[in-house]
Amino acid sequence: MSQHTAENREPLVHLSKRPTIHPVKSALIRLAAIVLGLAVCGLVAFLLIEKIRENPGKIWDFYNAFIKGAFSTPRKFWKFLRSTAILLGIALALTPAFRMRFWNTGAEGQTLVGVLGAIAVSFYLGDKVPEGVLLMLMLLAAMLSGAVWGVIPALCKAKWNTNETLFTLMMNYVATFLVSYFLVIWVPNGSSSLPKMKYGKLPAIGGNDYLLPILVVLFLTIALYIYVNYSKHGYEINVVGESVRTAQYVGINVRKVIIRTMILSGMLCGLVGYLIAAGMDQTVTTNSVGGQGFTAIMVSWLGKFNPLFMILTSGLIQVLNQGAAQISQDFNVSGALPAVITGIILFFIIGCEFFINYELHFRGRHGRAQAKKEGVK
Amino acid sequence: MEKALALQMRGITKRFGSVVANDHVDLDVYRGEILAILGENGCGKTTLMNMISGIYFPDEGQIFVDGQEVVIRSPKDAFRHRIGMIHQHFKLVDLFTAGENIVLGVKEEGRYNLKSVNAAVTKLAEKYGFHLDPQKKIYDMSVSEKQTVEILKVLYRGADILILDEPTAVLTPQEISRLFDVLRRMKADGKSIIIITHKLNEVLEVSDRVAILRKGEHIATVNTSETNEAQLTEMMVGKKVDLEIDRTMPVNAAPRLMVKNLNLDDNEGLHVLKDISFTAYGGEILGIAGIAGSGQRELLESIAGLQPVKSGEIIFLNPKKDKPVTFFHKSMKRVKELGAQGAFHDGKMQPVSFDGMSTSAVRKWVESGDVLFKEDEIINLRDKTPLEIRGLGVRLSFVPEDRLGMGLVGSMGITDNMMLRSYRKGPAMFLDRKKPRALADEIIEELQVNTPGTNTPVRRLSGGNVQKVLVGREIAFTPKVLMAAYPVRGLDINSSYTIYNLLNKQKESGVAVIFVGEDLDVLLALCDRILVINSGAVTGVVDARTATKEEIGLLMTRTERKEDA
Amino acid sequence: MNIWLNFLIDSLAFGATFMYGSTGEILTEKAGHLNLGIPGIMCMGGAGGCLMLNLIGKSGLPPFLIVLLGILASLLMSGLMGLIYSFMTVTLRANQNVTGLALTTFGVGLMKVIMSKMDATVYLVGPKMFYRWPFAGRQDALQCLGVLFFLAIIVAVASSYILFKTKVGLHLRAVGENPATADAVGINVNRYKYVATCVGSAIAGLGGFYYIIDYMASQEAYLSLEAFGWLSIALVIFALWRPHMTIIGSTVFGFLFSCSSYITNIDWIHVTMAMKPILKMLPYVVTILVLIISSVRNKRENQPPSSLGLSYFREDR
Repeated sequence: MSQHTAENREPLVHLSKRPTIHPVKSALIRLAAIVLGLAVCGLVAFLLIEKIRENPGKIWDFYNAFIKGAFSTPRKFWKFLRSTAILLGIALALTPAFRMRFWNTGAEGQTLVGVLGAIAVSFYLGDKVPEGVLLMLMLLAAMLSGAVWGVIPALCKAKWNTNETLFTLMMNYVATFLVSYFLVIWVPNGSSSLPKMKYGKLPAIGGNDYLLPILVVLFLTIALYIYVNYSKHGYEINVVGESVRTAQYVGINVRKVIIRTMILSGMLCGLVGYLIAAGMDQTVTTNSVGGQGFTAIMVSWLGKFNPLFMILTSGLIQVLNQGAAQISQDFNVSGALPAVITGIILFFIIGCEFFINYELHFRGRHGRAQAKKEGVK
Repeated sequence: MEKALALQMRGITKRFGSVVANDHVDLDVYRGEILAILGENGCGKTTLMNMISGIYFPDEGQIFVDGQEVVIRSPKDAFRHRIGMIHQHFKLVDLFTAGENIVLGVKEEGRYNLKSVNAAVTKLAEKYGFHLDPQKKIYDMSVSEKQTVEILKVLYRGADILILDEPTAVLTPQEISRLFDVLRRMKADGKSIIIITHKLNEVLEVSDRVAILRKGEHIATVNTSETNEAQLTEMMVGKKVDLEIDRTMPVNAAPRLMVKNLNLDDNEGLHVLKDISFTAYGGEILGIAGIAGSGQRELLESIAGLQPVKSGEIIFLNPKKDKPVTFFHKSMKRVKELGAQGAFHDGKMQPVSFDGMSTSAVRKWVESGDVLFKEDEIINLRDKTPLEIRGLGVRLSFVPEDRLGMGLVGSMGITDNMMLRSYRKGPAMFLDRKKPRALADEIIEELQVNTPGTNTPVRRLSGGNVQKVLVGREIAFTPKVLMAAYPVRGLDINSSYTIYNLLNKQKESGVAVIFVGEDLDVLLALCDRILVINSGAVTGVVDARTATKEEIGLLMTRTERKEDA
Repeated sequence: MNIWLNFLIDSLAFGATFMYGSTGEILTEKAGHLNLGIPGIMCMGGAGGCLMLNLIGKSGLPPFLIVLLGILASLLMSGLMGLIYSFMTVTLRANQNVTGLALTTFGVGLMKVIMSKMDATVYLVGPKMFYRWPFAGRQDALQCLGVLFFLAIIVAVASSYILFKTKVGLHLRAVGENPATADAVGINVNRYKYVATCVGSAIAGLGGFYYIIDYMASQEAYLSLEAFGWLSIALVIFALWRPHMTIIGSTVFGFLFSCSSYITNIDWIHVTMAMKPILKMLPYVVTILVLIISSVRNKRENQPPSSLGLSYFREDR
């Protein structure tokens, strides 16, 4: 009789945290999430894109465009690699902070001031110093600006435990308006659009404009992987992230680690800003980073703060972006479509983590399993 | 007894995986009585009560309230049957006032009006003899005030059956006696009170009947007036256990650590440690006994350099006179510093000076063994950070109470946890995992740590294995002083004995061991001397070979009345 | 009318956008969820309303009904966005920051796709007079104010009342402060989180609708909406998590944001073009200062809800 009541009262679905999961299983769950997400994208495309609504057969062109967008021509492929590199670069910069559980939402601003710093140097000193010196000075300015932008919230966090998520978030907008301030000063005609700088352009390696940023980020990936996993600093970051009390117990200076790590994080954001400024745009706008600072947060998180996994997540997001851009071109729809598609896929990837972290037990099955166990006894 | 039955449990069984926490427990509770549930740690007391209060759902068995069978699935259901539990860890919203916490989740007729709630709370408090300002915020409250709020929260919901889980663990003796007065008043009011405890004196003082649980089974229920401490102990632990800890007499005990007039205030300016003085000797185990929260944690943390003390001295004595200087625990920088201070002689009582010598020449000289200490080293650890203490060459190990929150990093494997103290060694930027891995393997083998591998996060290990890893690491540091706070809490008997043996071995090798414990039997069997503290002050030091439990118990609750009044 | 009074009223009217946004965000944050999806939600609230107006704008329905249906569509659309967010963060226990950012990416993008296809001459004409009731047709600054503006103030005040004076509010705050405690006293934590997030999102979405249809009433309005979503999140900090404070805060923010265009008209203040971005930066700088000051003072009542950003799983106790 008691058995009967217990059966009745148990909730339909019971959740428990999984202690471990087989890597193949988790990979399959993630893959399934992406496939499902793509299916939903197709549905949304059907609703939003008239050409597909009129001719549902065109849905295959829709999916084909994802491949086409990033891989159909060498130029597109190089563009894909470079945009992946930039996104990955910012995500890498965020990673040490995230591993310390310092929720830096300010990569957008930290990168933007990096761009600004580099362009400022080239604006004021462009014709006064040799190109090589200029490039070095730009790099220094970019990294310094990024570091300053990153360390301000860190100082407040270390001293007064100021909420870093909100602080860094606000710093993004301060950076944006700082850029518009300089644009007003630099562009006398009031258009706020700064023409491309004549000086301070990273050299093309073997005639390939795209290669240098890619190589820099590739190097950064490996360096950061080693830094977080094998260096003493990386170890301290992990200890502080896991438990501040443990860190104090073993004599780690927590404030110092927070400040040092955020200087690093901001500095690397500044470095990516430099790559954008000197390697791609040659100019600065309020949109130079284009929201990638926010996307990078997701890249880093989805990559489990592991630099090597992050190559995959940033690549995936750029495939989606370029594919969706291709779609908006092919089907003549708004240029905002990539954001919609990226958003949908992200929902599925973020959501599927639940099935990796938790196990669902349904009432019926659980009961039977229990009965079986007891039968064995 | 002619009293009416309030609550009956029949055949209650609860399993967690393969562990049976409660095995067919039958229990009766009457109206207007205080029932104590007595048992050792891990005997299933709390689990049993959690099933009445709706935290767990029993696998088997029935619960009757007032003779009616009931099903309790959630705390809400429990409240509906007028059952309320006061948990050991308070569940209060810090930011709210007492009144707001008390009314939280209560469905009442009419409009919500905090004023009338506060009035009702005040009235209820007065009825049972509590003193509580319902408008005071929880974060401004002492532990005992918080407990009062918890009790009133349950009473406000109209509970007739109150369950208190280890309510005295965090209270001072005065607060305990005040609490017991309140409980008696509630009993007179016809309420049933169940108090979970493992302290015999409290059972005898306050309860009407005692139910004894052992390893998940209900052994017996007896009337308090018809029993005594010896009988209860025997029922609680089964056979009369003699703790067979091989205790040797201290050999060549020399002072190692001297604490003098140590005072410590917490953030809010309350005196946590009051004028504490004692000496720990190398080659002995010094026990520290006291009610939980009497300042044990703060004392150890101040010695370890984790708490900034207000006044007093913490002195580490190193009997180094005429012994050679080594680089084993002294850095080159430190050796040079001491040399400049004239702390060394060359064996012929001539002072050693490193002036104008290159680092390699100094190293050569020191390693030749001809540089000797002039005097015993006397190092004041006060106001030093853990890192500075280590830099001074003081080998001080500390096994903190909070193993995974402080002593170890839960998400890291054993290897990475081994590095916690030593990873800084050497000028390299990168970690050397070779030695820690070897150490991890050594500890796993010697202490029989049950783990799938050296990289399995220690969080996934059982409590006993976690503690072996932590103690193993601290001992591997070859300490001169080893402090351990509640090192066997939550451990099974076998693991506990592993730990006792480790501590004993350390003592025999000349280490000054400081052992903070809660079980007086263990303290008496393991230690050489026992320091008793109460409310942050030393109330006595006894010889563990001759002292009795009663004697220590008395010291634990003794208060300096002159100062208090 | 005096230029300063004009300015004040315009700041108020402009500020109503953030008033909606931050009131909605406060309700969500009080349940322990930092919703960085607010910009996307506000955009979708605007898009939803406009979509409805576009459908029925020329249908000949009574203007009153058209307005009402527009508002309802806006509430529905942003409420749906809130539902996505709460499903992800409450039921699936996903990371709140990441989910919120994804929602903003999605919402802003989708709004742009929807709005770019719509005909502003349909959704902006017709019922306009109704939004500005009872000041419609006046020649002074008061004509800026209307039904949706007053609704914003009512919503902010009512939210404060509910949060701080009712049992529901007490329970909601308990959920945000300490979900385990709330759970233990029998409060349905997940239900509170869902309802607070969805209602909060719906309110925020109305802010987007208000901005496009009422305050700006222009075809390009939707392009700048995202920035005001972020500003709304900043305003939550400025208001120290008290909805009624957003009335003052949003006026200040509106003032700072639009003062650049006013100050240039006053001859005794010399304002260069370069000052404009600096003035626009001020709301964020002020927010940062508020954040720092409140952390330095460390007054418990002015801190973010304790469990903000953490998911709740009962068996983690």
